[in-house]
Amino acid sequence: MRKMVIVSAVLLTGILMVTGAFAQKAATLKIGINAEITGDIPKVGEATKFAAQMYVEDVNKAGGIEVGGKKYLLELAVEDNEAKAESAAKAATKLVTVDEVIAIVGPQASKQAVPAGEVSNNYKTPMITGWSTNPNTTKDRPYVFRACFLDDFQGPALSIFAKDEYKFTKAAVLYDVASDYPKGLAEFFKKDWEKKNGPGSVVAYESFTTKDTDFSSQLTKIINSGAEFLFTPQYYNEVPLIVQQAKQLGWKKPILGSDSWASDELVKLCGKDCLGSYFVSHYASAGAKGATKEFIDRYKAKFGNIPDDVAALTWDAIGLIGQGIKNAGKITGDIKKDREAVRNAIAGIKNFPGITGTITFPPNSGDPVKCANIVKINDKGEFEFYKTACP
Amino acid sequence: MTVFLQNLINALQWGSFYALIAIGYSMVYSILMLFNFAHGDIFMTGSYIGFGVATALIALSATGMLALPNWLILVLTVLFSMVLTSFLGMFIERVGYRPLRDAPRASAAITGLMIGIILETGNLILLGAQRVKFPALVEPVTYDLGGVFVTNQKIMIVVVSLSLALALHQFIRRTKWGMAMRAMAFDYAVVPLMGVPINKIAAMTFALGSGLAAAAGILFGVAYPVLDPYMGIVFGWKAFVAAILGGRGSILGATLAGFILGFIEIFVAMVFPSTLRDFIAYSIILLILVFRPYGLFGEPYSVRLRL
Repeated sequence: MRKMVIVSAVLLTGILMVTGAFAQKAATLKIGINAEITGDIPKVGEATKFAAQMYVEDVNKAGGIEVGGKKYLLELAVEDNEAKAESAAKAATKLVTVDEVIAIVGPQASKQAVPAGEVSNNYKTPMITGWSTNPNTTKDRPYVFRACFLDDFQGPALSIFAKDEYKFTKAAVLYDVASDYPKGLAEFFKKDWEKKNGPGSVVAYESFTTKDTDFSSQLTKIINSGAEFLFTPQYYNEVPLIVQQAKQLGWKKPILGSDSWASDELVKLCGKDCLGSYFVSHYASAGAKGATKEFIDRYKAKFGNIPDDVAALTWDAIGLIGQGIKNAGKITGDIKKDREAVRNAIAGIKNFPGITGTITFPPNSGDPVKCANIVKINDKGEFEFYKTACP
Repeated sequence: MTVFLQNLINALQWGSFYALIAIGYSMVYSILMLFNFAHGDIFMTGSYIGFGVATALIALSATGMLALPNWLILVLTVLFSMVLTSFLGMFIERVGYRPLRDAPRASAAITGLMIGIILETGNLILLGAQRVKFPALVEPVTYDLGGVFVTNQKIMIVVVSLSLALALHQFIRRTKWGMAMRAMAFDYAVVPLMGVPINKIAAMTFALGSGLAAAAGILFGVAYPVLDPYMGIVFGWKAFVAAILGGRGSILGATLAGFILGFIEIFVAMVFPSTLRDFIAYSIILLILVFRPYGLFGEPYSVRLRL
């Protein structure tokens, strides 16, 4: 009987040691994906998953990420948040506590990213959203980051572009005073433009309210103000009316816009009047160069469609996590310590060569400083990458 | 000066829409003593019907069976849509208003609101939430008159709406049907005793108002080619203001008031910051009504009513 106990004890320890050694040898790190796979915006979830899969395959094919002289393979743990706020928080909890991931990519939409960010931050697990532009996602949350720029950032990006490209000094703005996004953008643009070009350099600052269709009075004012270009941070359903009416009132100067222009509907509704205009965007597939083009071509070959902004931003988000792991110095095996190390490494990232722009995290902020892409609506009505603008 | 002239032209175009819609409100109000709050949505539906008819005609023309020039497509679109929308107006009168003719006024008033909501959501269900582009039937040509820019569209819109208003005015002044309408506006109770078929007159009033709203809708689609199901709401309210401002029972009053409203809106935005446009514009109108409570061209009810 005693013998039996000893034998089985020895055997058990043996088994434990073998399996333990085996686990040690595989050395994988798990990255969580919290994505909108079902629900209202399944395309967003799909793009997230595809881009993340492509990244992980790349890394694993190269033998893994090297941290402190040791290579680690990556593994994805994918959770569906059903495009719901509650499910996003639940998915984040599961990824942190059950799957024990080192970091999380997503959720993408702010509705999900804000509550999921809360959970990740409470569990001290790094999270990077690709797409969410709501300031609350990262606000006062040291563990939460984003790969995209904030809305406010578009104002300075555009004023740089107008200055560099055209040497303009007098701007006009037309915006919807009753809608948060255009109003915020108009204000940020005005502030930045007047800082650079002196007070009064926004020579016309005109507004309207949501659902207005006639802008003739405002545009007449703008045209007679001596402005050299018009900035209108409106949505794709209002831009055609503004642009067409401006042209019919004799305006021949450039009209610039924000990322709210980026919809296939814009050119459909606007026709030839909008061709040749520029707007700020996170990413443009047409006319991409270098690493961005390489990503687009490979993604297209693999999944059959051209990657959208979600896919591109996810690629950068998971890339930032990869870089963070690499910079962490050492993986201890204690998941809490490792998460802390990865977070600190991500927060310290400078000049990360992302495909949506070069990304740097300023001290104490999860909102990156990066270059914005200026997109031109070309003669064929496609959104074509034109140049980058770096405030 | 060019700024003033330019805004004058802007205001003429903008006022045309208010005028055409205000006429419809005004007619129904003076003849049936009720506010047809669905009128703004009838305007919206007219615009969408115009979109449907124009799209169908363009498709027909593209097949080559019947090659139509754009101007003919526009004329046909306006005619077909006016007729179709007139039927819609008559239908609304039949199911929504006639059964409630003796009900309290409040019930008849909310009927309009409900029909409006039904038209909006019906459209939403049918075509979805994305905006539709009204086909470019009139290729815009801009004329530069010494710094003042006029397009062929603007001229067309102002001419067509003024002609429609004048035609309606003549119809009511000079025909027997028009006389019956005037009589009904004058005394709702006695008229049936004289053998005037009030149901027919009521239906006709709705048909005329809806037809004009459809014309406005199509002209609107030409000038502002992005349509959405909720475009008639605020527009309808403002046209309603114009109808009351014009005075009860006056076609030319409603027309003129529509233009006045357009002028006030445009010129307030010219002089003041545009953020304050509606605030100041509608304060001015409130002030006008304080001094002329029966509207600009209306008369107290005891006095003979004009139509």
